[in-house]
Amino acid sequence: MTDQPDRLGQGGRIDRSRALSFTFDGRAYAGWSGDTLASALLANGVHLVGRSFKYHRPRGVYAAGVEEPNALVTLRKGGRHEPNVAATTVELFDGLVAESQNRWPSLGLDMLGAIDRLPPVFAAGFYYKTFLGPTRKAWMFYERLIRRTGGMGKPPGQPDPDRYEKAHAFCDVLVVGGGPSGLAAALAAGRDGARVVVVENEPVLGGSLLARPRGGESDAWLAAAIDELAALPNVRVMTRTTAFGAYDNLVFGLAERVNDHLAEPPPYQPRQRYWVLRARRAVLASGMIERPIVFGNNDLPGVMLASAARCYLNRYAALAGRTVVAFTNNDSAYDAAIELAAAGADVSMVDVRRQIPGQLERQARDAGVSLLLGHAVGGANGRRAVDSVDVIEFDAASPSAGAVKSRLPCDLVAVSGGWTPTLHLLAQRGSKPVFDETLAMLVPEVVPEGFRVVGGAAAEEAPLAGLAPERSLATIAPVWAIADPLGARPRKKFVDIQNDVTTDDISLAHLEGYEAVEHLKRYTSQGMGTDQGKTSNLNALAILAGLRDEPRGTVGTTTYRPPYTPVSIGALGGAGTGQHFMPVRRSPIHDWHQGNGAVFTDAGLWQRPWYYPKAGESLDAAYVREAGEVRDGVGMVDVSSLGKIDVQGPDAADFLDRVYVNNWRSLPVGKARYGVMLRADGIVLDDGTTSRISEDHYFMTTTTANAGVVMTQFEFLLQAAWPELKVQVTSVTGQWAGIAVAGPRSRDLLARLVVDLDFDNDAFPFMGVRHGHAGDIPVRLLRISFSGELAYEVYTPADYGEELWRAVHDHGREFGLVVYGTEALGALRIEKGHVAGPEIDGRTTLSDLGLERMASKKKPYLGGALMEREGLTEADRPRLVGLETTDRGTKLRAGAILCQPGRHQGHGIGVVTSVTYSPALGGNIGIGLLAGGMSREGEVIDAVFPLRGEVVAVRVRSPHFVDPEGERLHA
Amino acid sequence: MLRIACPYCGERDQVEFAYGGDASEGFPELADSDVGRWTKFVFVRENPRGVHGEYWHHQYGCRQWLRVVRDTVTHQVHSVAPARQGDRT
Repeated sequence: MTDQPDRLGQGGRIDRSRALSFTFDGRAYAGWSGDTLASALLANGVHLVGRSFKYHRPRGVYAAGVEEPNALVTLRKGGRHEPNVAATTVELFDGLVAESQNRWPSLGLDMLGAIDRLPPVFAAGFYYKTFLGPTRKAWMFYERLIRRTGGMGKPPGQPDPDRYEKAHAFCDVLVVGGGPSGLAAALAAGRDGARVVVVENEPVLGGSLLARPRGGESDAWLAAAIDELAALPNVRVMTRTTAFGAYDNLVFGLAERVNDHLAEPPPYQPRQRYWVLRARRAVLASGMIERPIVFGNNDLPGVMLASAARCYLNRYAALAGRTVVAFTNNDSAYDAAIELAAAGADVSMVDVRRQIPGQLERQARDAGVSLLLGHAVGGANGRRAVDSVDVIEFDAASPSAGAVKSRLPCDLVAVSGGWTPTLHLLAQRGSKPVFDETLAMLVPEVVPEGFRVVGGAAAEEAPLAGLAPERSLATIAPVWAIADPLGARPRKKFVDIQNDVTTDDISLAHLEGYEAVEHLKRYTSQGMGTDQGKTSNLNALAILAGLRDEPRGTVGTTTYRPPYTPVSIGALGGAGTGQHFMPVRRSPIHDWHQGNGAVFTDAGLWQRPWYYPKAGESLDAAYVREAGEVRDGVGMVDVSSLGKIDVQGPDAADFLDRVYVNNWRSLPVGKARYGVMLRADGIVLDDGTTSRISEDHYFMTTTTANAGVVMTQFEFLLQAAWPELKVQVTSVTGQWAGIAVAGPRSRDLLARLVVDLDFDNDAFPFMGVRHGHAGDIPVRLLRISFSGELAYEVYTPADYGEELWRAVHDHGREFGLVVYGTEALGALRIEKGHVAGPEIDGRTTLSDLGLERMASKKKPYLGGALMEREGLTEADRPRLVGLETTDRGTKLRAGAILCQPGRHQGHGIGVVTSVTYSPALGGNIGIGLLAGGMSREGEVIDAVFPLRGEVVAVRVRSPHFVDPEGERLHA
Repeated sequence: MLRIACPYCGERDQVEFAYGGDASEGFPELADSDVGRWTKFVFVRENPRGVHGEYWHHQYGCRQWLRVVRDTVTHQVHSVAPARQGDRT
């Protein structure tokens, strides 16, 4: 570890009682509590901190806040690895590990730095123009190479181990910015009793006051303000929090960095918190950001904003340079110059103005600052850091470049081109700032209702009554970019330092017709990236206006969008990651499945048993065994996930008649019926079985996937469309456990279990509904079948689910009962030709699915009118067919395209929707939708799967592969 | 980010609600087999700049369908009423 060569012996707002150590590119350094990574690097004399985006040029710290374009580093290691963080926004903590970016093999020796010396590589639009040929695929090849040379930090390779939170808050007054004007606004509102939230991006309050020398009258005011706010119970101060977005109705997005200032969050604490804050009023006290004047090599380490140099000096006691050239067109940089001189630096002030306010001139001369009025910096020199600047004579009124007049040695160029009020939140609300010619800055024009803009953001000069005013803003001489001196070698003049966009790029874009601000941005990438052009946007617009020969106010600005500063996806996601992203729904019998070797599959939110492998058994072997044993004997499957809706009321039958295509009034109590419902547009929505429990009471089942959709549709119909119907619908999906018991021996099994019911075929016929008891367990039995076998669905209140399952399972032992999962369930239903989700896909009609005979002609039903519209009734629509492979051993693939033999072009003539191996047929089968439908019965066509180059010959046949007459059902 | 004053539950955050589409077209009579009438109801929509009557479903609340009059420019909510009482514009 080294000492801190550029740290002043005293002063600053750092805590010298708390020493911190950190590493940068593997080397150990020391800093103090209160430092940022940037201030600590500067105090340690580290000026080269990164390589630039395109040209790999050496770069240093440029600013002292969120506007930093340059000093991007990668923080931490492993899962906490975080690329592209501005070192100026990183609070130093003990053990901090930071790495520089975009350099190889090292920061000092970057091999790709040669790119910088290959003119005119990487000018605006370079990629588009250069990497065009010879074919369209060429770009993909070049892109891989380009990505390696350009770019920023690397993404993390491991999951983020930290927790994030979301929270909501409400207040009367939101104050954005904890500087002097924000604090004054908060005090005024707080004293009136309003609920106030003050949001400050920095870890401490004070804003611009923190950059002033310590011990002044503003410090006393600040301390008193902080104390008073802390004593007001109705005021909440949120530091380390950024108001990054302003939304409708005074809703704000806040990002609170709860524990970013620590190596890792303490146990049970979040790393960051995302707030949705709703305010009645908002005070924008977000201050101003300084912008530079552009000149040749203005990106060299050692060139920085004058306000940043001042901040490092007064807030962090870090001397960014000892031989300083300040370059300005306005008064504010004089504070930095005078205070740097007072700290012992040798300071020359280059000011484009020939005349400056007398008091300013006196103060500067008294401080020992040498003044070069009517001059400009025509370019900087140096290899890895600035070592001198070329000074030219300059007349702001007719800014043509002269020859180099003198060369001033320096290790710091403190530049100021004026200030830009931070109006992002206002602009996000659609209230774009406008250019004020006098102040040469963007100022608010229309302030939206509920907002107030104060302090620097409102271009107010004095932060507060009673405090010494900041320097005048109106004495500025607008100057944006200094051309290369006459006779000098051309240098790159960076407008957007982060994206390596130069004045030449802007000229080129303009020349090629990209002269609208939004086009300029997209063509050159000016204003993109992590800093979103906070220090470069206005310069770019002004330079563009000059090229267009128009007043600056007329070119407009680009669109401001949230977030103001980068917000981690982790914070926006909050706790909703991994399993918390979506809830998991489990059947009441889930634990049994888990304990008995089930492999689960996801069905929407549900986890359902997929198959129950015996030792060493594959999915295919297991489901074929399970399905075969159902047809030979008896099996049971958990169907608890089916949607269940209780329909009650005197008009329930009328309601069912309206939503189902078939007839319901005729259904007697104690019977069930299969029903199909449509959407209003005539497409099939869902199918299921509904039982009439009593005169006014029906028990409906829906598919697992559509339970919520159907329920929502019913609520809409009953509340908005047909409020006159006296019907109540209640979702009871979670209230009932369901078990299907299927196979020729299912009756024998259940008769043994449910002894208070008569299972005789006449007493309990197909589609019968009965209530009984399995031991003590109340059960509702529906004699319905999805498998095509003699089968029952047994329902019981969910809490009895596992007990009932065990009872069926125990009684089934003597019948050779098999437990089966959804894969076998699917195999059985495909063999029977029942449609399910893959066929009811939101595009198919009743007749597409071969269900047109279900439609009642005697009553209207939802979707009936539009079912008849043109296009849905065309004869050649794909319709349901069965398919079997001509070679029984060849597998069919769902999603395969059906084509005429050998004619594998276009979209084919149909699609395979569901496939299985059929134990009953001893071959591979499927169902699908085929143009012409069953009129093609017997034809052999091709099932083509181009992704895998598969062509399988299939024979078209009835989808009812097993028991087409339904004898097994009725047995 | 709307706040919708549910007539049953009080003022709640938008995240509790699901948008249910334009409410300006009345639900056709079920017995009306005119394809044009139903086509208009299902497919034809104005996309006004300004005041818009629309359905919202209080999905994670009381599950009531509401008729909300909202300004599509300012997102200001002018009125909220149960869908069953809402007269159609």
